[in-house]
Amino acid sequence: MNEQELRSLVQSTLAQMMSEPAFQQEPVGGPAGAARPSGAATVDPGEIPDIRAVDYRQVYAVPNPANPEGFQRIKATTWARLGQGRSGPRYTTAAVLRFLADNATAMDAVFNDVSPELIQRLGLFSVQTVCQSRDDFLTYPDKGAQFDPAVLAEIKAKCQPNPQVQVFVTDGLSSTAVEANVPDLLPAFQQGLKLKGLTMGTPFFVKYGRVRSMEPISEALGATVTCVLVGERPGLATAESLSAYLAYQAKVGMSEALRTCLSNIHKEGTNAAEAGAHLAELAAEMIRQKASGIDLQTT
Amino acid sequence: MKLATSLNGVTYRFTGIPDVLAKANEPKAGDRLQGIAAHTASERVAAKVVLSELTVGDITENPTVPFEQDEVTRVNWEGLNQAGYQAKKNMTIGELREWVLDHKTTPDELKRSGRSFIGEVAAAVAKIMTAMDLVYAASKFHYTTHCRTEIGQPGTLSYRCQPNSTTDDPDAILLGVMEGLSFGCGDACIGINPVNDDAANTKRIADPLFEFMCKWEVPTQLVVLSHVTTQMEALRRGAPLSMVFQSIAGTQPANDDFGVNKALLEEAYELARTQGTCQGANLLYFETGQGSEVSIGRDCGVDEMTLEARTYGFGRYFRPFMVNNVTGFIGPETIYDGKEMIRGNLEDHFMGKFLGLPMGMAPCWTNHTSITMDDQQMATMLLAMAGSNYFMGVPLADDVMLAYQDTSYHDDATLRELLGRTPAPEFHQWMMSLGLMDERGILTERAGDGSVFLK
Repeated sequence: MNEQELRSLVQSTLAQMMSEPAFQQEPVGGPAGAARPSGAATVDPGEIPDIRAVDYRQVYAVPNPANPEGFQRIKATTWARLGQGRSGPRYTTAAVLRFLADNATAMDAVFNDVSPELIQRLGLFSVQTVCQSRDDFLTYPDKGAQFDPAVLAEIKAKCQPNPQVQVFVTDGLSSTAVEANVPDLLPAFQQGLKLKGLTMGTPFFVKYGRVRSMEPISEALGATVTCVLVGERPGLATAESLSAYLAYQAKVGMSEALRTCLSNIHKEGTNAAEAGAHLAELAAEMIRQKASGIDLQTT
Repeated sequence: MKLATSLNGVTYRFTGIPDVLAKANEPKAGDRLQGIAAHTASERVAAKVVLSELTVGDITENPTVPFEQDEVTRVNWEGLNQAGYQAKKNMTIGELREWVLDHKTTPDELKRSGRSFIGEVAAAVAKIMTAMDLVYAASKFHYTTHCRTEIGQPGTLSYRCQPNSTTDDPDAILLGVMEGLSFGCGDACIGINPVNDDAANTKRIADPLFEFMCKWEVPTQLVVLSHVTTQMEALRRGAPLSMVFQSIAGTQPANDDFGVNKALLEEAYELARTQGTCQGANLLYFETGQGSEVSIGRDCGVDEMTLEARTYGFGRYFRPFMVNNVTGFIGPETIYDGKEMIRGNLEDHFMGKFLGLPMGMAPCWTNHTSITMDDQQMATMLLAMAGSNYFMGVPLADDVMLAYQDTSYHDDATLRELLGRTPAPEFHQWMMSLGLMDERGILTERAGDGSVFLK
């Protein structure tokens, strides 16, 4: 084929192609009668159900399993994300969205502040450790146990001195845990102490606090027993878990082993009201034995 | 040895090798927490310049923690092959970087140099390497190890199956193992972290898993990650463990806190050799991670990356079957964000391999940092490209017992497919015999169904 022939072949092929519908220039707005986006979607006022409300232990997304009954029975007993299916080698859409929702819930618990309205409603005054920000708190753990002298003076001025049981609340690693549990826990704790003939000192809130913030507070107030209610580092299963650490005559630099801990306070673990009653028992026992942590004899 | 340089006419003078090493480090929260990080970007580069001119000998003769006071320093030194070290001691760190990257430096030469250097030298060269340097250099060579089976062959990628339970429930653990195996995860080992650290519980977890492995003839290793002394007691009571696990660190004070030392690990090896279920030469499993020392105040003033390399120099002495980091496990006070986590993982993988270790990786995160699943998956893909021996496999990335996120069964299968890797040979044959995987290492339609093992 010479150049001339080639050129004419190309031209005839091109002409043929351009006559195909796909290459026809259409007037703006598309071909007459063809579908075009109308922009007139109707919005259903309903909502998509909360994916966090799904119990994924009951979700079994493996197609045609060899022994579904046996697998499902054991699977329902663990929070491990088993039997969630796959798309090729990757997650199903439902599984990945649920994971992201759980992770987001946990991150929001860490990075958001406890609502100031809630602190006010509980009748607590609020102070702050030397941490300047959430970031400062997360990256310098020691700072979450330190107070400026002026703040310690404020605590002393506002609180009843030498309390039998000093209780305070701190965000720690989960503001959600504080919001979910403290409103029910604190009154139950107070009531429990009253039944034991004990009094609770003036409770308050510490922003950006770690467990060891109980040490300078105990020293400043001369408390017999100090109890800090602190948000636990959230896992994916729950972001609402609160811990209580108690110590008899807590002192700065005290051994970790002298603290008594009640962890896992949330609605799937020890519920808040129950925890309050249990903490009152623990505090009373510490006062009776003049001890806490590994020195406390448990019955 | 020169400890000062100028950049743009500004002089930067460092107080000693530990200061140069710390300031040459890419940004890390743990170094800032210690107050030893570079103050400016220029100071960081000045430290890299000074570091590049130090020789292998300068750093080896002046370890960051004195020889007399620290067992980790002594074990790093005792692990050296003196002929190998003498041949390289006059090289500068800058020259060493280029030697590692040079096309003329063969994989065999790199492997033969695994005992020419101490941890600090590995850290020094990694501190003047970029992300792609770290991936490329590590991808050049492989270490195979042998316990019950062999892992680490070129072209393979293995996994530890890690379905931990919040209550140490043997049924729930076994169910997780079944699903993991059905995804092709578990050829490095089945490894369970127990909640309760006692010998009876270690045996209680191991027994049914071993029975399952025997019944289905699963070609892998079994380990329960309680404390080394607990596993030793369990072995004495007849627990069917393939190898002994222990977390190790880069200073003697940190190892003291972990309850571990050289003599104890030698004893554990002997016990695994005589009482364990496996006949291979590699019978220990170590976990490490940047920031473990600073998080417990046992860092001796040394930066977290250098301490991690010293940890590898310590672990190398015991010829482990597998070693993996968990950089990202502690939190934002040691590894601040996704960028620090990815960089730290690439450093760890290179440093471990450079020191002769069969490195696996556990790029991971907790919920109190800004690190997300995307960051972690990016780290994982880069590490797979770099030739990591193995990763973890946790159901849907969520370890419900340890409350952190790691690589998943799905990630494991995806990585093999992405990079054209197969499992360890024996395990691959086993997967094919069950119809769960094809000859290229890709999952079949039937894969991902753990209930195939419920018979």
